[in-house]
This record gives sequence, structure tokens and C-alpha cells, in this order.
Amino acid sequence: MAGCGGTTKGSDAAAGDGGNATEREADPNAKIKEGLKITFLPKEIDNPYEVLVDQGGVEAVEELKGTGKEVGPSDASASSQVSYINTLIQQKQDAIVIAANDPNAVAPALKDAMSKGIAVVTYDSDAAPDARQIFVNQADSEEIGRSQVKLVSDQIGGSGEIAILSATPNATNQNTWIKFMQDELTKPEYANIKLVKIAYGDDDDQKSFQEAQALLQTYPNLKGIIAPTTVGISAAARYLSTSPYKGKVKLTGLGTPNQMREFVKDGTVAEFALWNPVELGYLAGYAAASLASGQISGKEGEKFKAGKLGEYTIGKNGEIILGPPTKFNKDNIDDFDF
Amino acid sequence: MATVANAPKDPFGTFTAPKGSFRAVHTRRKGCGVIKPSAKESAFAGRELGIVVALVAVVGAATIARPSFLSGQGIHDLFLNASIIGLLAIGQALLVITRNIDLSVGSVMGLSAYLSGQLFLVDKDLPVIVVVLAGIALGAVCGAINGALVAIAKVPALVVTLGTLYVFRGIDYAWASGTETTQINAYQMPQGFLSLGSGSILGIPHLTLITLVVLAITAYGLHNLRAGRELYAIGSNPDAARLAGIPTGRRVFSAFVISGALVGLGGVLHAAYFGTINASVGTGRELAVVAAVVVGGVAIFGGSGTVLGAALGALLLTTITSALPILGVPAFWQRAVDGAALLVAISLDRAFMVRLAERLRAERAVRRAG
Amino acid sequence: MLARLLRWETVLLVLCVAVFVVGSGSDGFAEQGNISFLLLDYSEVALLAFALLPIILTGEIDLSVASTLGFCSALTGTLWDAGMSFETIVPIVLLAGLVLGSVNAVLVVRFGLPSLAVTIGTLGLYRGLAYVLLGDRAVTGFPENYRPLATDSIPGTFLPYATVLVLVVGVLIAVLVHMTTIGRSLYAIGLGAQTARFSGIRVNRVKFALYLLSGALAAIASLIYTLRYNSARADNANGMELVAVAAVLLGGVSIFGGRGTVLGVATALLAMAGLRNLLFLDDVTNEIQNVITGLLLILSVLVPVVFKPRRTKDVPLEPSVVDAERRPGADAGGRLRRDHQGV
Repeated sequence: MAGCGGTTKGSDAAAGDGGNATEREADPNAKIKEGLKITFLPKEIDNPYEVLVDQGGVEAVEELKGTGKEVGPSDASASSQVSYINTLIQQKQDAIVIAANDPNAVAPALKDAMSKGIAVVTYDSDAAPDARQIFVNQADSEEIGRSQVKLVSDQIGGSGEIAILSATPNATNQNTWIKFMQDELTKPEYANIKLVKIAYGDDDDQKSFQEAQALLQTYPNLKGIIAPTTVGISAAARYLSTSPYKGKVKLTGLGTPNQMREFVKDGTVAEFALWNPVELGYLAGYAAASLASGQISGKEGEKFKAGKLGEYTIGKNGEIILGPPTKFNKDNIDDFDF
Repeated sequence: MATVANAPKDPFGTFTAPKGSFRAVHTRRKGCGVIKPSAKESAFAGRELGIVVALVAVVGAATIARPSFLSGQGIHDLFLNASIIGLLAIGQALLVITRNIDLSVGSVMGLSAYLSGQLFLVDKDLPVIVVVLAGIALGAVCGAINGALVAIAKVPALVVTLGTLYVFRGIDYAWASGTETTQINAYQMPQGFLSLGSGSILGIPHLTLITLVVLAITAYGLHNLRAGRELYAIGSNPDAARLAGIPTGRRVFSAFVISGALVGLGGVLHAAYFGTINASVGTGRELAVVAAVVVGGVAIFGGSGTVLGAALGALLLTTITSALPILGVPAFWQRAVDGAALLVAISLDRAFMVRLAERLRAERAVRRAG
Repeated sequence: MLARLLRWETVLLVLCVAVFVVGSGSDGFAEQGNISFLLLDYSEVALLAFALLPIILTGEIDLSVASTLGFCSALTGTLWDAGMSFETIVPIVLLAGLVLGSVNAVLVVRFGLPSLAVTIGTLGLYRGLAYVLLGDRAVTGFPENYRPLATDSIPGTFLPYATVLVLVVGVLIAVLVHMTTIGRSLYAIGLGAQTARFSGIRVNRVKFALYLLSGALAAIASLIYTLRYNSARADNANGMELVAVAAVLLGGVSIFGGRGTVLGVATALLAMAGLRNLLFLDDVTNEIQNVITGLLLILSVLVPVVFKPRRTKDVPLEPSVVDAERRPGADAGGRLRRDHQGV
């Protein structure tokens, strides 16, 4: 889920370890073990975005003749995830693939898992780097932030007031993207665009809806809104499409094609972006299997094959990037089903 | 109703209630015996007036900060936001008046919203009215379960509905994962349904119209129907009410069913309004609904308050939420402000009631002297 | 005799034993690490439940306990982030808990407002203040020398340090409630505050103190929580109040006040912790677990009703006799009662 709340900035104490706490040796020629037990632990079990990611993940694991399953909390809280991690340790899983609600709260449990030989991969929302071996990032955070600004700028003609409708104020990924957006806005080509407000919809429909209303009332000259959260963008689209601002105020952000299809077709939203969550999960699944089989150990430069996605190389700090975000508009929105 | 009048009951702090005023206080109807219009009667109107005053103050402040707050679109949005929770608050008020509570409203609402989505998945061309009725029916069934446990088995409503909060929510999630449909989106539902949620007539949102109609009907029922008035008696003094011949079990059960039906309706409307449904719809709403009811002047210990008050309470709280960003209150303060608003409301209520009790005492002194 | 055996507490005990018996047959349950975890996972809930027990016995309630925990955690984070030493932070946080508890106390006892409404308000207010303090941040990096107190067990055993603390608190509360005069007065207050006052019990003082105690215990719980997760956030323990209330009610404490035991609550906590762990191991989803909790809750109030001896058919005499005592809506001096639910 693009905007799931629950993680935050400012956890440098944990990042200081400077390496991955793994005792694994990498043997690039090792074969993927059969019968691997890999579990996916999203931030929130009923979140449709996470469901798709985990579907991709389970698909990958089953392609590799392992057993994949998805478990997770119904409230996106860090403490619930810790219970699940403990369960997975007791169930002697081979790998855990987790989207952390809080990078530090889950760290002790994850470290415990790693010390018992369980491979730990994070996706979507990272944990403390020394508490996992690999982080599968959906797209480069910088690229997400900057491309969002480009999207909105193209749509409002390069000048005007814009606002950001974010998720929860705590979300790490949100804040990272927003920082890059603000940085991008300092570039000369965006000199005529002014960011007037960052509002928080808490990933809640009603709240996002009301924040969108408030934005339009407080800033009557608003030209564009960036909502880098699937809940926020669909709530804002819902509001705009039945308001006099439809079409006049441009809305873009990160959304799923299924949720946004109606609004793209009725003209409320021209173009928005996302990546394919199924592919994200698929990549994470392959990474976890490779890790658990000893093919890779999470060090920079290691390569592994991710099934139909091809070969991937591990970057700095154990991070793997899926690829650039996809733009959706009325020409291609019917090609996707998620 | 002789016993009701004489039963020692003292919600306002005076040790013994003056004979005449008890009935005036707790059975605010016309034609049910000799009623002396007392300070309390006029006070009732005053309580709702108090909310309106607060509402005007909030709206006023926001409009000064941003004149478009009070524009056509602004007012439209205010009422739209408050409609669903207003509906829930009306139902909850019925229960709180009888000295009960329903914490499962969030879960029932979620179930009902999810049901509407599922029905459209099965057949997108299903007439909207069928789905609406289905949601209402589901809500009524859930209400009946709660009501049966409370009224027939005589178990405390707080505990029962806390339990059903978990059970109904669990069923909702189980249904979602069982059918592998974790989310239903706007494009999967017919346009007619969606415009029910977001459309308006003459500038008044459909949702608001529905809530107003429900408000009118329940207000009428509470004030003019004998069964409605009896709810107040039950809330004031359940034992006395029972001894006086009021079928308390049946009344409370009906209150739960009606409230459940309203919650069910609220769930369907939520689905129509938001267009995106998943199994977590409605989570946490119960506290907001109870807050709205309390702010609206419905005493948590039963026996007083009006559905109009509850609806106004809902409107006030949602307006505060909408006004805060405009007044420049940082997002992080909003939760605190909501909590503080509730505390202020009940403190003012209390202060008001104390003053009222003194006035009643003074009246009684005058009566006894004269 | 049968009636006595059929008390809810017995059912609870059987349930608890059953959970652990079945559990020991399950893969992975009976291991030291798992039992440690199971106990640790419920340590904050246990403290909150012990805080709630005396309050509910007197017929009041405190739904703000988890928000107090959240605020104290946020406070810990803010102060830690500002560079204060942990040793200084601890007493400040405890003081904060007392202050928050005293706000509830003043509103409920002094002003006579209904505790359900008040604590719903303070639930929101305190959580909101936590957000005001910490906003979008999560503070981490708490001292390495204190963290093991919250996460580790006594070496060689399955007993976490935090559980030892919980046990100590539990024993203290048990002594307070069951073996002191004040404790007995709690039951009296719950059964009839008016009458209790007439027999010389200082109802207001007792209730005031209980809310202070609740705040203090929530603060202690927040320290454990923050250290255990190494993360201070404004949304820590969000929603935990319902779990704590469920545990207390499940433990056989009457929501009307006047009935319940510490042992019952402790057994309920253990049963819930064990059940939850067991169900997780069997991959039963969170939601099914919630359904089970909900059903148990309903059963816990249904069972006593079903098995209670009836003297008359229509109007159960027993509750009325009790209720008549409590019926006068206000105590002398104008304190309003909390609602009692049910007709």
C-alpha cells in the first residue's frame, strides 16, 4: 500500500550498524531448495494493495516448489506484527517477507528470527537495516517523489498552487517521497509552482475526503493535488468528481487502476502512477527463496534470478529496486486488473 | 404511573425530587396525566439550543478565517459529512435513553456496507432499493441479537455489545477472506447506487435528506407515541417502569432492532458514498457515535435527551473536524480537540443541570410555601 | 454445590487449563521461548487490566488507560529525543500518569460526571496530546542497559522480567482488594455507593485514589511497552483499552460493580494470552481470534444468568434487591452514577 502509515523517520540509531546481520555465505551456484516455507507478513491483512503484493509473492514461492502463505494483523500496528513474527519463528519458517509497520518495533523479533537461521526480507516498508538481509523497494524513492511533481506540473501547465494529501504523518515512505517532492520543486523549471499545504488523510476514507474538502476551501486558487496514497487519491477523486472543481483542479498521485478507473474515465483524474504490486511481491518471493537457499546473502553486487522478471542485482544496504513507476491514464487503464 | 412518579430518583443532584417535576422531567410528553411545565421542560429546548449556539460559534470562526466555508458548497459538505454519523447517533440515542449502549455499531455498519458491495458483485443490476433493504435487514438482525441478549437474557449491554463488536467484525473479515474479496471498488457498483451516496436534490445531499426523514420519524415516535415515551421511563428507572406495567423487555428489544436497522442503513449509505468497501469499514466508529450522542445532550445514564440533540451533536463534532484545518489548527491537534470538546460538553451539561436542580429546589420551596 | 461450581470462574479455570494442555500438544507451543513470548505479549494488557479491576469493582470505568499509556510513551520519546537521561525520564513519566489519572478523577469524582462519558473523552484527549507531543515521529534508540528488562527473561527460565513485575503488581492489587478494608469497601461502593457512604466509607477519596492508581499503572505499562518495542510513537497501544476491559469482564468481574476477583482476572489474562498464542501457531487468523474473544465475553455474562437460581419467574428478585440499593441516581452531594446497562 503506497501510503500505509506506521513507519517513520528518525531511526538512525538502528541504522548505524553498517551492515547486514547475516552469517550467510553466498554461493551463486546453489540451487533453490525445494519445499521452502516462506511467509508474507504485510502491514495490514485486508489492505488490497498488500493482498496483491502477497499474491505475487506466493505465486513466486509456488513456482519454486515451496509453500507460501500470508498472515498479518488487521490493525496496522507494529506490536501485532511482532506476535506474528514470533509465531513464524515457532513454526520454523525458512523465510519471512515483511512490510514493517515500524522499523524498530519489529527489529528485535526479526533479529531473533535471523539468529535462528530464518531469512528476512522486507518489502514496501523497510525495517531497521540490521534487522533484515534484503529490502525490496517498489521503486526508487527519489524517482517516485520527483516523478509525482512532474506529473502534476504537466497537468497544471507548469504554474499554480499545489497541495499534497498524504497518509498518516508517521509513514516513512510518505515522508521520504515528500522530501524528494519538495526538493524537486526547488528546481528552476518548477519556479512558478507553489506548494501551499501538506494535509494528512490518515489513510482513512472519510478523513481524506474531509481533508480534500478543506484544501479546496482554504486555498480557492488551488490548481493541483498530489495524493501519493491509494486511499487518499480515491477519496479526493470521489470528492472532486461531484464538486464544481472537477476537471479544474488536477488530481494525481499513486493509485490502483481498479480504484481510479471510473475517475479517469469521467475526467476527474488525467494521469496517475503506481508500480505493479504483484511484481513487487513476486520479486520479494524470489529474493527470499534465493536468500534461504544460500544463493545470495544480501551483500551489494550479488545477483540473482527472479523468474520472469529477469536478473536483479542487490544495491547498497541490501536494497533491491523493482523498477520505475508505471503511469496510468485513459489509454492504458483498462489493461490492468489490480 | 403512580409508582414512577414517587420512585426515588435523583439524577440532578437534589436529594429528593419534587413530585410534580419528576414526571415533567422524565416523561416529556403531552397528555400523560397532569404535567406541570417546569424549568426542566424549557431546559430541554435549551440543551439543543446550546448545541446550535456552539455550532454557530464554530462555523462563525471558520467562516471568518475562510469565507468560502459558508458557501453553498461548504454547507453542502458540512451536512454531507455529518449525515451518516448523524444517522448512527439517532439510533444510538434511542438506546442510551433506555440506559443501554451499543458498541457494536462500527462492526454492524461494516458488515452492512460489505453486504451491499457483495450483492452488487453478484449482480450489478440489482435494484438499489433491494440492496438498501437488505442492509437494513442485516442491521436489524444484528440489533435483534444484541437486543435479545440484553432484554431477554438481561445481560449488560456494554459487555454484550463489546462482545458482538468483536464477533461481527470477525464475521466481516472472515467473509472477506472467504470470498477472497478484500475490496470492492466504485466501478463494480452501479451508477444509481453511487449517485444515491454523492448526489443531491436542490443542493441538499441525498444522505442528509435521508437522515432528516429518519430524524423526523424517530423524533415523532419518541415524543408522541406511548412506546416512545416509555423509553424515557425505562431509562430513568427500569424497575419502576417494569412495576408500572411497561413491557421493558419488549421496548428495549425494539430499540435495539430499530437502532440496528438504522446502523444497517448507515452502512449501505457509506458504501454508496465512498465507493470503496473493505472489511475494515466502520472500525472505531462506535466511540465517535457515543461522543456525538453525549455531546448532543443524551445523558449516558438514560432517561433524557432527544434524537434531535444527538443529530446536532453529530453535526457539531463533524463541523469541528472540518473547521479545524481551516482555522489553521495543526493536524496533530485535531484528535485532542475532539476529546476536549466531549469533555467540555459533558461538563457544561453538568453545570447546567446543577443550576437546574437548584431552580427546581427553589420552585419546590415556593410551592410548599404557597 | 453444583451452582457454586458452575460459577464463571470455574469455567474460566477449565478453559485456561484446557488451552495449555492442548497447547503442549501443539508444535512449538511448549518451548521456553514461546512461553516467554506469550507472557511478555500480554504484560501491558495485564497491568491495564489490574488497573481497571478496582475501578470497575466500584461501578465506574476508565476507558482512557491505553491513551494514557500512549501519552506516556510519547512523552518518554520526546524527552529521550531531547537528550534527557532515562533515569530522569522515568519519574517524570510516572508523574505524568498520575496527572492524567487525576484529571479523570477530578471529572468523575469531584464534578460527578459519568465515568463512561468522561473516559471516552479523555481517551481521545490523551491520545490527541500524544500526537501533539510526538506528531509524525517515532523515537528509538532507548538505552541498551534497560531494554533487556523489558524483553528478556530471567536467565535459564521462561519467566520474563516484565512478567515478574506484572505478578508483583497483581499480588499487590490482590492484597489491596481482597485483604484490606479499603479493598472490601470497593465491593461495598460497587453494590451501593449511597449506603457505603453512610457506613463511613470515604467513597470519593477511594475513587479518586483508584483513578490515580490507574494512571500510574498505565505509565509503568508505557515504560515496558516503549522499551520492549524500542519505539515511542503516538499510536502505541492504540485500542488496548478494549482488550483490557475484555480481560477484566472475562475474568468474571461484573460491569455493575460489586463482584469479581483478582484471581479471575489473572486467569482470564493467562487464558487469553495462551489462546491467542495457540491460535496463532495454528494459523488461525486474528479475526477468528477476535470472534472467539467476543463469544467468550458474551458467555461470561450469559453463564451466570443461566445458572442463577431464580426465586420468582418474571422479576428476578436478586438484581432488584441489589439494584434498589444502587438505584438512587446520585449520591449525596450530587455525584452522578455511571450508567448501569441492561434492563
